[in-house]
Amino acid sequence: MSCQIEITGLVKRFGANTVLDGIDLCLEPGERVAIIGPSGTGKSTLLRCLNFLDHPDQGVIRMGQVAVDAARASRADVLALRRRTAFVFQNYALFANKTARQNIMEGLTTVRGWPQAKARARADEILAQIGLADRGDSFPAAMSGGQQQRVGIGRAMALEAELLLFDEPTSALDPEWVGEVLDLIRRIADGRQTMLIVTHEMQFAREIADRIVFMEGGRIVEQGPPEQLFGRAQDDRTRAFLRRVG
Amino acid sequence: MRPLDTAYMWDLVPVIGSYVPLTLFMAVLAMIAALALAAALAIVRVLRVPVLDSLVAVFISFFRGTPLLVQLFLFYFGLPQVVPAMTGIDGVTAAIIGLTLHFSAYMAESIRGAILGVDRSQWEAAQSIGMTQGQLLRRIILPQAARTAAPTLMNYFIDMIKSTSLAFTLGVTEMMGAAQKEAAGSFLYLEAFLVVALFYWVIVEVLSVGQRRLETRLGKAVAR
Repeated sequence: MSCQIEITGLVKRFGANTVLDGIDLCLEPGERVAIIGPSGTGKSTLLRCLNFLDHPDQGVIRMGQVAVDAARASRADVLALRRRTAFVFQNYALFANKTARQNIMEGLTTVRGWPQAKARARADEILAQIGLADRGDSFPAAMSGGQQQRVGIGRAMALEAELLLFDEPTSALDPEWVGEVLDLIRRIADGRQTMLIVTHEMQFAREIADRIVFMEGGRIVEQGPPEQLFGRAQDDRTRAFLRRVG
Repeated sequence: MRPLDTAYMWDLVPVIGSYVPLTLFMAVLAMIAALALAAALAIVRVLRVPVLDSLVAVFISFFRGTPLLVQLFLFYFGLPQVVPAMTGIDGVTAAIIGLTLHFSAYMAESIRGAILGVDRSQWEAAQSIGMTQGQLLRRIILPQAARTAAPTLMNYFIDMIKSTSLAFTLGVTEMMGAAQKEAAGSFLYLEAFLVVALFYWVIVEVLSVGQRRLETRLGKAVAR
């Protein structure tokens, strides 16, 4: 087994509170992993540490050739990780001063240095894929939550990152918009894009993930293929959690 | 009570009017410099740049905490006594520098507030797609902050135009100085100062109309 992404001994503290207490995780190329667990157990923090939106205190993150030791990560290390990942936010976090198309183009032009025309053509392809071909010129304020989140996903898709990170992508959505966003994520998952997704949608996790990771108290308690984890969980904490949500 | 000497007032219009360009020159130059300085000060504060942050805090506190007139006198009369390079400074330059520093302190605070008003998640989104701090400020945060801060900054510009009249105390003959000179010759103080007041009023009113138009346009641009 070769890891495309390898996380070793990741620790994150907020003051006296240890939110991540030594996380080890290996993602194989094309693997789709869903992280589940009670609120406040560090699931989102784990995702945010992988691209240093939160700065981990200890541990090593390796993506392909880039290995970053959290304890002495330079600004260049952080940028290198960020340019290998793409992040989908719970609250979409679209750039309010840019149209849907510009939101998708931004990473290509400003970060990758693509010429405008090429980035625009790529953005239009993505707009079509996310079902918003006719909304390219709309500003986020004029779009529904579901549309905004699809643009958020489109912005992440444009980067063609090694690792896509989804941080509870449907939690802020009105129920009527959840389906369209899940459908889009399902389509991306079908393309064998390596992804890590924090979600409360158990049925969805079971359906798209190759592996389910159950976290509690800043640690990985148990992990395995969906049928194993949902069907015959070994740990009492996992079983208790699944009973509560199930 | 004597009647207003309106004929004299009409005669003064072209005299005072000829100094409008100097007033606008000082105000525009000081505004541009103050905007650039204020943006830099605001960024230092928002990013909490070590050491610089404290220095900027003191700078802002001083220039907001002391009267503009005192600051102008410090620059024009005080500093040249200890800084040889400033000995030959002329009143116009001193006024522009003084106005720049004074107003940049106020404007830095509004720009800082406007930057902090941009939703934190947009910073994170920009970081997540690999932008550097400079890129995300320039392309995402500052354009939105500028929109929020624009009305306040326009008000400071209007205030700045009126404050150029203090250059008169540094021996600069601008609108106010010209009015003073005319009045000293004719003893018609009311007429002279009334004319100069009307000049300021008209300039400010014209700008206010422009300001309202600008705000409407900016408002439209954000919405859809």
